[in-house]
Amino acid sequence: MPRLDASVDWESLSLRFVFAALTAIAVVFLVGPSLIVLLTSLTASQSLRFPPDGLSLRWYKALLTADQLQRAAWTSLIVAFWTTVVSSVLGTAASLAISRSKSTLARVFDLLFMSPLLLPALAFGFAALVFIYQLGLRPSIPFLILGHVVVCVPFVLRTTLAALTQLDPALGDASASLGAGRWMTFRRVTLPLIGRGVGAGAFLAFMASFDNVPVSLFLADERTEVLPIHLWQQIETNLDVRTAAASGLIVIVTLLMMLAAERFAGLTRQMR
Amino acid sequence: MRFDEIKLVLPLAALFVASFVAPLCVLVALSLSVDTEIRALTVGHYVKFFTDSFNYSILWNTIVLGVKATVLCLVFGYPIAWICARAKPRWQTMLLFLVILPIMTSVVVRTFSWIVILGRQGVLNQIALGLGLTSEPLRLLFTELGVVIVLAQVQMPLMVLPILTVLSKTDPNLTDASRALGAGEWRTLWKVTLPLSLPGVIAGCILTYSASVTAFVTQTLIGGARLVYMPLHIYQQAVGANNWPFAAAISVIFMFAVLIVVYLLNLLTRFMPSDAKT
Repeated sequence: MPRLDASVDWESLSLRFVFAALTAIAVVFLVGPSLIVLLTSLTASQSLRFPPDGLSLRWYKALLTADQLQRAAWTSLIVAFWTTVVSSVLGTAASLAISRSKSTLARVFDLLFMSPLLLPALAFGFAALVFIYQLGLRPSIPFLILGHVVVCVPFVLRTTLAALTQLDPALGDASASLGAGRWMTFRRVTLPLIGRGVGAGAFLAFMASFDNVPVSLFLADERTEVLPIHLWQQIETNLDVRTAAASGLIVIVTLLMMLAAERFAGLTRQMR
Repeated sequence: MRFDEIKLVLPLAALFVASFVAPLCVLVALSLSVDTEIRALTVGHYVKFFTDSFNYSILWNTIVLGVKATVLCLVFGYPIAWICARAKPRWQTMLLFLVILPIMTSVVVRTFSWIVILGRQGVLNQIALGLGLTSEPLRLLFTELGVVIVLAQVQMPLMVLPILTVLSKTDPNLTDASRALGAGEWRTLWKVTLPLSLPGVIAGCILTYSASVTAFVTQTLIGGARLVYMPLHIYQQAVGANNWPFAAAISVIFMFAVLIVVYLLNLLTRFMPSDAKT
């Protein structure tokens, strides 16, 4: 919120008013959809409408018997879990090297690892499928995870590199001169200091993988269905209220996870 | 790079070569080949794309969509970042949290909620009809305007965060000096704050633009089947028409289109006064 100075003049007030008004409109548009999906999912009737006719949790109860949806959610969780593990470990290792080095090669690696963030993920997903077929292989879960790692690693890299620039290199030297080996220094000095950056990156990577459609569309085999694609098909074919309940649940879980990430990793600070 | 640094980068570099660089090379090769078995070379697919007005109108519409979403993000994103930079830490965290919320929520869920809002009997139409702003329901779903609104909502953090980073590093003495020298708040914004924050604005524009043109789910669900943008075009050619070489050519053209705009925006930073760089 704008801080008002003692010497208020009309021009300064007008700027603040305009900016505050734009921000207020933006906040309504940013938060509104999540609130509306939550309220809609609590409807007691058969139809999706806002405001809902009467409140009940019946559609959330219906989720308990939605087998296909549960299977898809489980697949997505497993894929997101392994994607996060691989991205965090390899991403942190690469960040350590990139931040220590000032060479051109390090810049090239940095650019390479960040490029999936800018390139169209759908084109990459298609390229990966073409590549797999050229090798005479077929899509499968391990390939799906590898594809997800490529598009999720930039998140880990960005937050970890940002945390590493805050790190005083003298600390590592001090640890080494006190006789600690590289691994010991990393585990006892570096990691605790950059842990919040790595944690925030891992959280972002998990969410990006759990939510990924463009890569999964090409790399998941016929029998594997991930949650976002399952929900998408539900929305396109029969817009039933169970989909709204699943959406409501996802909104609540996301919110709780974000609050946890904010509490333990300072999410909003790490993303800047 | 020293040897021990190379050792740390190597695992990720190997993974990227095998599952990112190699597939992209194969994609380029496929786009230049006659059929799916990469044997005989041709530029036919590229010629086909650029001689058919249907194809390049899709490319053009996609670029325009990206520009519109980016501009809308900037109009709302800059004030958010400006207010954030001046807010007390508690408010700043809360505002940022709200800005990040949409991008964290599953894309399908978020799009689904917009269908409930933008539909004929959706929330926006109920409000508009209730206030007497319009006599019949507005068409928002399956229109470009709808897609632009939803894209702007989702990509907002990509615009706000880079601008905020630059704004919070800016020396507050500079704006104070401008005020002390008699410039009003608007003039200070226009002559001091905005030029100094341009690197953040450009970084935000690059991220928002590339995310908007490639937002497959949002474009497809909100735009519907009649509004075809590049990602859906690739998907339809690859999966629907099963024309892989042509889909590969479209993918390559699309990637270049994204990279050219990113490159041009990046070029802008070079023409800035040196003290405006971060």
